[in-house]
Amino acid sequence: MNNNFSIIGKPTAMIDAAEKTTGAGKYTDDLSLPGMLIGKILHSPYPHARIKSIETRRAEQLAGVVAVVIGKDAPTPFGILPVGHDEHALAFDKVRYVGDNVACVVATSESIAEKALELIHVDYEVLPAYFDPEESMKAQSDFIHANKLQNIEKDYHHVFGDPERGFAEADEIAEARFIANEVTHAAMEPHSTLASFEIDPRTGKSGRLTVWSSTQVPYYLQHKLSLVLEMPMQQIRVIKPLVGGGFGGKSEVIPLEIIAAIAARKAKAPVKITYTREEVFWAHRGRPRTIIDLKTGVKRDGRITAVKARVIQDGGAYCSYGVVTILYSGALLGALYDIPNIQYDGYRVLTNKPACGAMRGHGTVNVRFAFESQLDELATKISMDPAEIRRHNLLKPPCITVNSLRVQSYGLPECIEEVVKRSGWNDRKGELPKGRGLGIACSHYVSGAANSIIRSDMPHSTVNIKIDRDGGVVVYTGASEIGQGSDTMTAQIAAEALGCSLERVHVIAADTDLTPIDIGSYSSRVTFMAGNATLRAANEVKMLIAAAAAKKMGCAPEELIFHDDAVRRSGAHVGADAFVRPAEQSSAPTVSGRVEGQILRGSLQQKRKDEGPKDKMTFEEAVVAAIDFHGALTGTGSYAPPAEARGGKHKGAGVGPSPAYSYSAQVAEVSVDEETGEVTVHRVWAAHDCGRALNPVSVEGQIIGSVWMGMGQALTEEMVWKDGMLMNPGLLEYRSPSSIESPTVEPIIVESIDPEGPFGAKECSEGSLAATIPAIANAIYDAVGVRLHESPFTPERVLAALRAKNKNKALNLTEGIDPTAPARFREHGGALWHKGKGPERHPLDPSRIATQPGGAD
Amino acid sequence: MKKELIQLRVNGREHELAIEPNALLLDVLRTQLQFTGSKRGCDDSSCGACTVLIDGVAMMSCTVLSANCEGQEITTIEGVTEHGSLAAIQKAYGDWGGAQCGYCTPGFIMTVRSLLAENPDPSENDIRNALSSNLCRCTGYNQMYEAIRSVIDAERKALVAAK
Repeated sequence: MNNNFSIIGKPTAMIDAAEKTTGAGKYTDDLSLPGMLIGKILHSPYPHARIKSIETRRAEQLAGVVAVVIGKDAPTPFGILPVGHDEHALAFDKVRYVGDNVACVVATSESIAEKALELIHVDYEVLPAYFDPEESMKAQSDFIHANKLQNIEKDYHHVFGDPERGFAEADEIAEARFIANEVTHAAMEPHSTLASFEIDPRTGKSGRLTVWSSTQVPYYLQHKLSLVLEMPMQQIRVIKPLVGGGFGGKSEVIPLEIIAAIAARKAKAPVKITYTREEVFWAHRGRPRTIIDLKTGVKRDGRITAVKARVIQDGGAYCSYGVVTILYSGALLGALYDIPNIQYDGYRVLTNKPACGAMRGHGTVNVRFAFESQLDELATKISMDPAEIRRHNLLKPPCITVNSLRVQSYGLPECIEEVVKRSGWNDRKGELPKGRGLGIACSHYVSGAANSIIRSDMPHSTVNIKIDRDGGVVVYTGASEIGQGSDTMTAQIAAEALGCSLERVHVIAADTDLTPIDIGSYSSRVTFMAGNATLRAANEVKMLIAAAAAKKMGCAPEELIFHDDAVRRSGAHVGADAFVRPAEQSSAPTVSGRVEGQILRGSLQQKRKDEGPKDKMTFEEAVVAAIDFHGALTGTGSYAPPAEARGGKHKGAGVGPSPAYSYSAQVAEVSVDEETGEVTVHRVWAAHDCGRALNPVSVEGQIIGSVWMGMGQALTEEMVWKDGMLMNPGLLEYRSPSSIESPTVEPIIVESIDPEGPFGAKECSEGSLAATIPAIANAIYDAVGVRLHESPFTPERVLAALRAKNKNKALNLTEGIDPTAPARFREHGGALWHKGKGPERHPLDPSRIATQPGGAD
Repeated sequence: MKKELIQLRVNGREHELAIEPNALLLDVLRTQLQFTGSKRGCDDSSCGACTVLIDGVAMMSCTVLSANCEGQEITTIEGVTEHGSLAAIQKAYGDWGGAQCGYCTPGFIMTVRSLLAENPDPSENDIRNALSSNLCRCTGYNQMYEAIRSVIDAERKALVAAK
């Protein structure tokens, strides 16, 4: 396999790095338009209430206020999933969580808009609220959505193989409840949208809408705007400026994006709305807190015989990505290892809290925490090394898993060996000083979903390339750069395929008027899918250049090699392979004797000076020759996942299949302070099979960032709830780690060279996160002998676990809950309802049945 | 509120501005001077994305009233490039992957400038401590250290060569 690349595989600074390091790059809130108004949103103070009336007159009359919009101004519901059109831009008849969007004021300044919010009077009829998912599932009345009985958004029940027989064959069985608490993306850039209507010169009335938004999915935004505003999509232009992080929090249409457009329409002026940090927390769409009841059986030889998982996700108040999240929990449970018998029961439940959506790793993360922890426990039971037990359960690809997932490239074995080697696992495990331990865990993720959200036969990505007289290569891609490096990936692939310098490539991205559709930056699909589309577009335009250059050089197009900003004739006929193989020897570029700017005259000079067939032309000469034949060169490429990768036919089978999966193995080294319960992560070795690292700097950055985010969820990050109120809507209170709390992560790139990825590449941004949480949990067990089944492993939880193990007095801080055997979600401070304050809870809520003991924080 | 006239010196140039007395420096920089490089990332001065230098000291511009800044030398990220070229730390950030989404980057670079001006040879701990006033969600901070260390090493080599 050829590894002689000029551009890919080399550490490359992001092509937009200078915009970011100079502050010149524009994020949505940096934009402004003449006459622009600022919008502010009124949020619901109740977790569940019917809106009886909204009085906006006094707000409208405040000097400086131009318009006020409410639910009635946008009655069409929408949602990211076709089955989940259950939300309105502004609450239509009900509010369903504290923070729900009720009204929007647009005014000439932010302070005037804020003042006006206080002048809006909403008459609410408070309804009983549901906060705990296990309780919410028992609801008999006051459903959060009338058509979702018992507040169950969706449930799935899958059986593969024969789990009962599998458990009967097992020598050891482990069964436990795991609880993963709620986390959110907390991207540094708050959501922001700027909406502006043009006037149509033919009608004289309001015409096309342009929306700039901090989004991962400009085309879904265009689609939902069209639905809610009842305008044709071609009258709507969505432009994605720089985005300051997404991680899934911007992978669906967030209400403010539509509210800005509705307000701009009513105000007849451009409107910009930027969320405060608190509003970002309320917008949420993060990872649902999840209860996993997991049972696994193994034989004494280490082979897993059966797995049974019952998963309850606390989805919050709206569907969002919920149906997909609950399916991912089951779909990727097995496909990491070779597990023949699986039973999965998943419940996505609605509660009166901000909706949960997609967050890095999606529904696979919390289940992976449970599984890798339980596998570790079983390893102990059969006295087998935890790395060894994983070696006994590897898939043998190419293969299809029991739940119909196709696996081709599979770098997991090498990932395991790398982290075992580099951490000194064999020598050091069990030999570390007291309170210090090593833990291992694995995870994986899709390189894009094989089945798109909106089912159609349309390719998932299309890319256009234009090469014109100036010799510049312009790539038009719908792919959304959100900091993960997709623009750079696009330029690298185009430059490598065309054999031209990276400087020659200019990327125009994510503008629905200019770029062909790419369905979005989520599910880690962009490198695999938009990258493949880019490669195909580049090859198409390369054929045009080759045909023209071949004529000039008097040879066949297949003999030409594109490399080092030149087109050369290779020695002999080499076949179609020459298109992707660079020259055998690299030579110093020949000076063409022509200045770039003179290309226009140059071609005439060239014709006159033609001395017969040559062996080599510069890239520009070849381009000019091709343009003389064809006019401006354009190429287009598309990618759709192959049918064989799209999975099975059972209910819910659409989620999980992918053309390729990434793999991760990690070892974490931690210390646990037995007096304070504090866990310190010293180092994480993280090996990630990304197929091929197109840009090693970016790949390592994504691995490190993923592991870091997993560590955050493992140790400190948690959304804290009380009566449906989020108690910590701030970055420090949410405990996003600063540089002092962040360990050294050693990223190890493993390249399995996927047969279908562009240059063999797969994803590298999500697959690592899930393994970090159980790696740390397993390391804590190695250090101090307690198995935490509830994340995050905060000092109070670790201490409570240690006390339970040593049979000491239980710690009041966790209300007597033993985090090695958690029963339910804890409500911080207990319910206010029974004290006669706070929102009314539904009849089955435990706070109405018995008074809460303790509860002092 | 009735506006008043103040004089601000930003990135080496004088500006006369009409501001409300309660206007924060961050908002004046972003909306009146169009220096949008300094960012707002939180509501409570906890993230550092708005960090600028005031008389060379790294400060969060969301905690400072613009009216209090008369007579002081304010440097924003826009004032860091040197004669149209990237400063060493800016180039290093790009080369080492110190910036992913880039939103926290201006704030970090101002903090790093302040650190290196005070302490040209900081230890690992010094660097981590200094950076702890800025939050990042993308990078896990690791590649930032490598960028900063490469700048320190380059400086050290230049000094040795000069001797």
